[in-house]
Amino acid sequence: MSIGQEQLKVRITDTSLRDGSHAKRHQFTEAEVISIVSALDAAGVPVIEVTHGDGLGGSSFTYGFSHTPEQTLIQAAVRTARTARIAFLMLPGVGVTDDILAAADNGASICRIATHCTEADISVQHFGLARERGLETVGFLMMAHSQPPEALAKQARIMVDAGCQCVYVVDSAGALILEQVGDRVAALVAEVGDDAQVGFHGHENLGLGVANSVLAARAGARQIDGSTRRFGAGAGNTPVEAFVGVCDKIGIHTGIDFFAIVDAAEDVVRPAMPEECLLDRMALMMGYAGVYSSFLKHAYRQAERYGVSGAQILVRAGERKLVGGQEDQLIDIALELQREQNLALP
Amino acid sequence: MSDRKATAAIVGSGNIGTDLMYKLLRSDWVEPRWMVGIDPQSEGLRRAAECGLQTTVQGADWLLGQDELPDLVFEATSAQVHRTNAPRYAEAGIRAIDLTPAAIGPYVIPPVNLGEHLGAPNVNLITCGGQATIPMVAAVSRVAPVSYAEIVATVASRSAGPGTRANIDEFTRTTSRGIEVIGGAQRGKAIIVLNPADPPMIMRDTIFCAVPADADLDAIAASIRQMVAEVATYVPGYRLLNDPQFDQTTVVTGAGSTTMARVSIFVEVEGAGDFLAPYAGNLDIMTAAATAVGDAMARSLTTVGATTVGATAVGATEEEAR
Repeated sequence: MSIGQEQLKVRITDTSLRDGSHAKRHQFTEAEVISIVSALDAAGVPVIEVTHGDGLGGSSFTYGFSHTPEQTLIQAAVRTARTARIAFLMLPGVGVTDDILAAADNGASICRIATHCTEADISVQHFGLARERGLETVGFLMMAHSQPPEALAKQARIMVDAGCQCVYVVDSAGALILEQVGDRVAALVAEVGDDAQVGFHGHENLGLGVANSVLAARAGARQIDGSTRRFGAGAGNTPVEAFVGVCDKIGIHTGIDFFAIVDAAEDVVRPAMPEECLLDRMALMMGYAGVYSSFLKHAYRQAERYGVSGAQILVRAGERKLVGGQEDQLIDIALELQREQNLALP
Repeated sequence: MSDRKATAAIVGSGNIGTDLMYKLLRSDWVEPRWMVGIDPQSEGLRRAAECGLQTTVQGADWLLGQDELPDLVFEATSAQVHRTNAPRYAEAGIRAIDLTPAAIGPYVIPPVNLGEHLGAPNVNLITCGGQATIPMVAAVSRVAPVSYAEIVATVASRSAGPGTRANIDEFTRTTSRGIEVIGGAQRGKAIIVLNPADPPMIMRDTIFCAVPADADLDAIAASIRQMVAEVATYVPGYRLLNDPQFDQTTVVTGAGSTTMARVSIFVEVEGAGDFLAPYAGNLDIMTAAATAVGDAMARSLTTVGATTVGATAVGATEEEAR
């Protein structure tokens, strides 16, 4: 850090209890949420996101039913946290404005609204309502690898004009590489920087979560997402504990205690995970082919159900340019692969 | 042509109104005579004039001030505009077919309940996703009780206009309600996803229905295929992508969990390409359904040959003599 340079500060949002819901197939119990929130809060995590993986109203045949209603989990998180604020995610087209109001009534204070990165204008009514209700707002431009920086910037402007206070470049597929993140963050900063903050949400599907997040911060992102122990979709999110350690070394201020978050990862979060989030074959396919991370467990399930290759399901999802929310089409792909397999039999 | 056709006005000269006009021009029962808009630059108004319709940019006021009023009005404007116009149509004795989410009158899904509301002064076509998926829910619920039905409508970004985008919540709420009220599911959920892929993707819909674990799955499959064929009579591009799938599953709700069978239905809706591109099957199914409803209403309105499809030669001569 050079003399006279103000220390970079970022606000981290931990999404183990929302993105991690994908990895847990939405089976969180109240007890798990309480123990994880307690540990993250004590480590200094400023914002903790709690919702079904696909946002409010995501409990469904398409995305998987929640074991515990998400509003109950939000209530438990709000009760437990002493300093941390509780955030929630919603996707217009999946959840509705009533869901936002219910979460606010339950004490959540940050409303994060996500659209595919070309469809920001479907979120206008939701940002308006969230601001009216007194919530802090964040916007997610999902699958950000699929659009160039200038296009993302235009979409960010739509969100900010509608009341969004921070727009995220969201690398849903974990497909962005280094400068590709920096360029997108910089483009958003140039377009909306006077009116709103810019954020970055990374996934590990090419092993670049931490590096990408550092470049995002250097390009002007002031909010960064991660998950403790990577607990998230695909190969997982940017690991909070590693990112905090790196930030300590290079002079970025996070406010999170490295040793406390490392202990939380080991002793509290890992035991709640069905398995480690790994950069295995199928997760790599998603990073390489640009496929929405939350498809991973669904692809496994359909591969098993129909006796076809999960990796091929994901590759074909990339070929079809499926966007987030299209888990139903994975079944159609599996059936297509099964028909091709049957035709190929002697 | 034989019998006097029912005359119709189209209010709203955008994509839907224009595509609807081409379908109505092919109708044996409805004659589109007026196209009403507000934008002088509207391509729909230009095309309507080319096709011989009277056009105006002065909105519904102009239409209601004419000496001759239409028998039917098809409105493809917005919920807000239709709420203003509907009482005026009713007062003037004009039957209204509402393609907006205003839903002042009862919901109609042609293969499910077309005959029930032919006398209503105002009927509503729910949403594009509703027209595409509610027939499938109804196909299942007429054979086995459906405790929960969920639909996912995926449309090309280019086929979702500003009205849809500003009212996504309305789409999901209205479609959910239609799934329950007309589809026959105890509880309904609707999801919509917009996909910007180029070339634009043809509309797809997935329908999931929770039925009892011991339901007659063969009967359900047969009912689904029959319903697809019925929809295809007015939307030729409506097709099943796969055989219906059946899975034993545990449905978790706030009240606990029950083992059910889940029926999964995958459809594609390709449009006729009258004015809208074929990928915009979501919009085409609206105009096709509206035409089917208009035809049925017209048949119930005309006094000559109302009980037969197409008039007899005798009836034609009498008509021409007037």
